Amino acid sequence: MIHLVDLSWKAGSLCRDEYVAPVARIVSAAGHPYREIHFSEVPPSGIADADGIVLCGTALKDNAFTEKIQGLASIRDAKCPVLGICAGMEAICLVFGGRLRLAAEIGMTDIRVTQPDPLLGEPKTFTAYEVHSFACEPPAGWLVTAVSDTCVQAFRHPDRPVFGVMFHPEVRNDLVVERFCRLCMKP
Amino acid sequence: MKLGVLCSGGKDSWFACGLAQKKEEVACLISVRSKNDASYMFHTPNVHLVPLQAKAAGIPLVTVETEGIEEAELADLSRAIRLAVKQFGIEGIVTGALMSVYQATRVQRICRDLGLWCFNPLWYTDPNAYMERLIGSGFSLIITGVFSAPFTKEWLGRAIDREALADLRRYVKTDRITLTGEGGEYETLVLDAPFFRQRIIIRESETEYANYRGVLRISRAELVPK
Repeated sequence: MIHLVDLSWKAGSLCRDEYVAPVARIVSAAGHPYREIHFSEVPPSGIADADGIVLCGTALKDNAFTEKIQGLASIRDAKCPVLGICAGMEAICLVFGGRLRLAAEIGMTDIRVTQPDPLLGEPKTFTAYEVHSFACEPPAGWLVTAVSDTCVQAFRHPDRPVFGVMFHPEVRNDLVVERFCRLCMKP
Repeated sequence: MKLGVLCSGGKDSWFACGLAQKKEEVACLISVRSKNDASYMFHTPNVHLVPLQAKAAGIPLVTVETEGIEEAELADLSRAIRLAVKQFGIEGIVTGALMSVYQATRVQRICRDLGLWCFNPLWYTDPNAYMERLIGSGFSLIITGVFSAPFTKEWLGRAIDREALADLRRYVKTDRITLTGEGGEYETLVLDAPFFRQRIIIRESETEYANYRGVLRISRAELVPK
């Protein structure tokens, strides 16, 4: 079961349809069962029995999750692969000790993959859809795997399958989510 | 949260309006009337009927006109939204964008500049599931414009019902159209919705059609009880 965490300001908001549902569609099409959960409902002990966790994006103006980031502290100890998309990447960044800074990108943007990555593949440049107001200053020791002219576009934990992408892979880059789903398959 | 819904008169903006009404307060509709039939941003066939739709739904309408020149028309959209903020105190915008990065990007930028929320509740929705929900939930709509093969003249004015949906699905396979018309293959007009207080009847119209392109020009329509 892959758990899709809705980071929007309230459960069942209009943001859910825009930022969680498209990811759910890719996960489902890849043959994986999924469950949606709002971030306010994540237990302090973490999400039990997850094969993977995706922290989904939010609306440009929606940064409520940053004020309640302690509720996502359990992500630090997740035993399964974790992917943060946009706001989800920002959440991972904060949980692991990184910082955010103001840096907006809206629309199709050139992304340069700087080193081989399980989700992004070999170094190359591709275009991806962006809707964000903040950028990540990654936690110490994390690997930056892609950049744009404006900011870090992807990072990952040095030892564990914890990933963040600033662009929205659910728009025209489904493969990133599909590769993540494959990582979540138990051997 | 008070929201304004960008409304072209077609199925996507009205369905998005219905979704927004279930979760927030729709304070007004916002319509941009383009003088350019090839507008990049704004659907044009029969957009003059949006005021009648707004009346049917009982939702106030803010309208502005644009010459429909690429990018310059965005200033007109921004003007319309600012007017809606002033008149109705809206805090955010709702669009019926399905997959158009061009449209979504530009509305997102305007909203950011104005400090407004931007919601696209149909964004990358499953086309089959969406069309099923649309016709299964009390919406009545017709095709008012066709712009690609294999659409014949008979499609102009045709209701999108189960039979039409089956034909559209067939065209997806045989002619590679998008099921929702997202590729600009066809345009629609909503005549009734579950939240409309009255429905629209078309009294006078004429068709213009040649080489798989045509529009249904509606010159007279009125509201009748449901």
